Amino acid sequence: MHQLLLSLALVLTKVFREPATINYPFEKGPLSPRFRGEHALRRYPSGEERCIACKLCEAICPAQAITIEAEERADGSRRTTRYDIDMTKCIYCGFCQEACPVDAIVEGPNFEFSTETHEELLYNKEKLLNNGDKWEVEIASNLHADHLYR
Amino acid sequence: MGQFSKIFLAPPNETNKWKHSFPRHKFDDKLVDHTGDWYINFGPQHPSAHGVLRLVIRLQGEQVITATPHIGLLHRGTEKLIEYKTYTQALPYFDRLDYVSMMCNEQCFSMAIEKLLNIEVPLRAKYIRTLFAELTRILNHLLGMAAHALDIGCMSPFFWLFDEREKLMEFYERVSGARMHSAYIRPGGVALDLPLGIMDDIHEWASKFGGKIDEIEDLFSESPSWLLRTKNIGIISAEDAILYGFSGVMLRGSGIKWDIRKAEPYDAYSLVEFDVPVGRNGDCYDRYLCRIQEMRQSLRIIEQCLNNMPTGEVRIDDAKIVPPRRKDMKSSMEALIHHFKLFSQGFHVPPGCTYTCIEAPKGEFGVYLVSDGSSKPYRCKIKAPGFAHLAGIEKLTAYHFIPDLVAIIGTLDIVFGEIDR
Repeated sequence: MHQLLLSLALVLTKVFREPATINYPFEKGPLSPRFRGEHALRRYPSGEERCIACKLCEAICPAQAITIEAEERADGSRRTTRYDIDMTKCIYCGFCQEACPVDAIVEGPNFEFSTETHEELLYNKEKLLNNGDKWEVEIASNLHADHLYR
Repeated sequence: MGQFSKIFLAPPNETNKWKHSFPRHKFDDKLVDHTGDWYINFGPQHPSAHGVLRLVIRLQGEQVITATPHIGLLHRGTEKLIEYKTYTQALPYFDRLDYVSMMCNEQCFSMAIEKLLNIEVPLRAKYIRTLFAELTRILNHLLGMAAHALDIGCMSPFFWLFDEREKLMEFYERVSGARMHSAYIRPGGVALDLPLGIMDDIHEWASKFGGKIDEIEDLFSESPSWLLRTKNIGIISAEDAILYGFSGVMLRGSGIKWDIRKAEPYDAYSLVEFDVPVGRNGDCYDRYLCRIQEMRQSLRIIEQCLNNMPTGEVRIDDAKIVPPRRKDMKSSMEALIHHFKLFSQGFHVPPGCTYTCIEAPKGEFGVYLVSDGSSKPYRCKIKAPGFAHLAGIEKLTAYHFIPDLVAIIGTLDIVFGEIDR
């Protein structure tokens, strides 16, 4: 009986404590600068894309989610003609951003990119560059916050 | 403590005389009329089946005569996939084996590679690994306890313990960038150093977590309903526990003092002080007590790791194994070459084989790694503790009721990521 009352008292105190849940779409949990979310392809401040098609990310990707095709551009620089990531294959290990020698492909802080169809998650270069433009401020500040550790 | 002074890997001689006791039903078959038996499926969609366990239960009335596990529903061919990946690429697969004790799996794989490479990781990396291995142990036991209580019919602690898990996952996220599949512990050390301030936060959390364990103990340890559901349920003797190949809490609950952290200390476990709780009766209740005490001991280890955390590098200083720092990679040609070499081809591991095991939260998690000298493993056999525990379910559940079967599945603490691999 004593035990039962003790349990009941414990449960009752929990009722009056601050709830652990958050009001999700309006409140979000904290994220560290290292967070590995949706991918993005970044640009230089000049607007030129960073990716030089070295294909290291394609080589390291354990899930083989990245497909790259490249050729020389008219100005002689080597760029990708195709940069696809199958977000449904991706395991978000972060190896692509570790491999990238020019910080072009990064896993940004966005984690809300669910879609209704599978096809929408097959990202192409345009989508990834758009992500980069959209999230550049956050990505740059995260990279800066963590640059001493990397 | 005297028995831990010398290492023994095989059971002592007297165990050779023990007879393997088969589940009782095998003998009963001849005596009892089974014409009225029922065969039912338990799972794979049963909420108490902890994922995708399918048990074919043979029932006599409400008594379980046999419970035969049918596994393989979560088989992803990890071991075979690893043969086609470089050592670095294979690492994230280990997070996905036992997906509630992620870093322990990585630690085991990294240690196996380090053994083949014959390298020693820096002391700071060892302490970080130990710290996070113990956080992982708490993470795992919290889920094990919460799910066990939920299976038995106690819902509230599930939410309370998941609140604590959330805090731990935040620590995971801060060091590695992912809440669960961290890919943090790497061959040669850890991926990145601890960010500033995280040790303070872990300390703050650890100083409060003891009170949370007290709450759980207040609720369960002497609760009549918890005692009814767990005491004398799923008893396994010390003898049988060894014969079935049990490890971890399943073995210690039966009174065998065996912990790889003590018997063959790895990483920084030889440098920290902790006790290994051992049960007496080998029933669900003793295993519950063991898990509770293990969490308290983990807190002790965490505190010691935080207090004694040395300064220095977190990765081995060998450019042929560990990728260079980004600053070097962008300024030094040699570092850039190493970077390209490591991320395209990976590092070569000298030919040889090793069985490396750690005390994962569920028991002995081992990796048998065979290298042929290339940059990909020739063979990687994963020894999952849950596999042996699930195999013992036939013995554990014989002549129990269906609700007890659920309690036993809870106490086994099985995760199908590692069993089906």
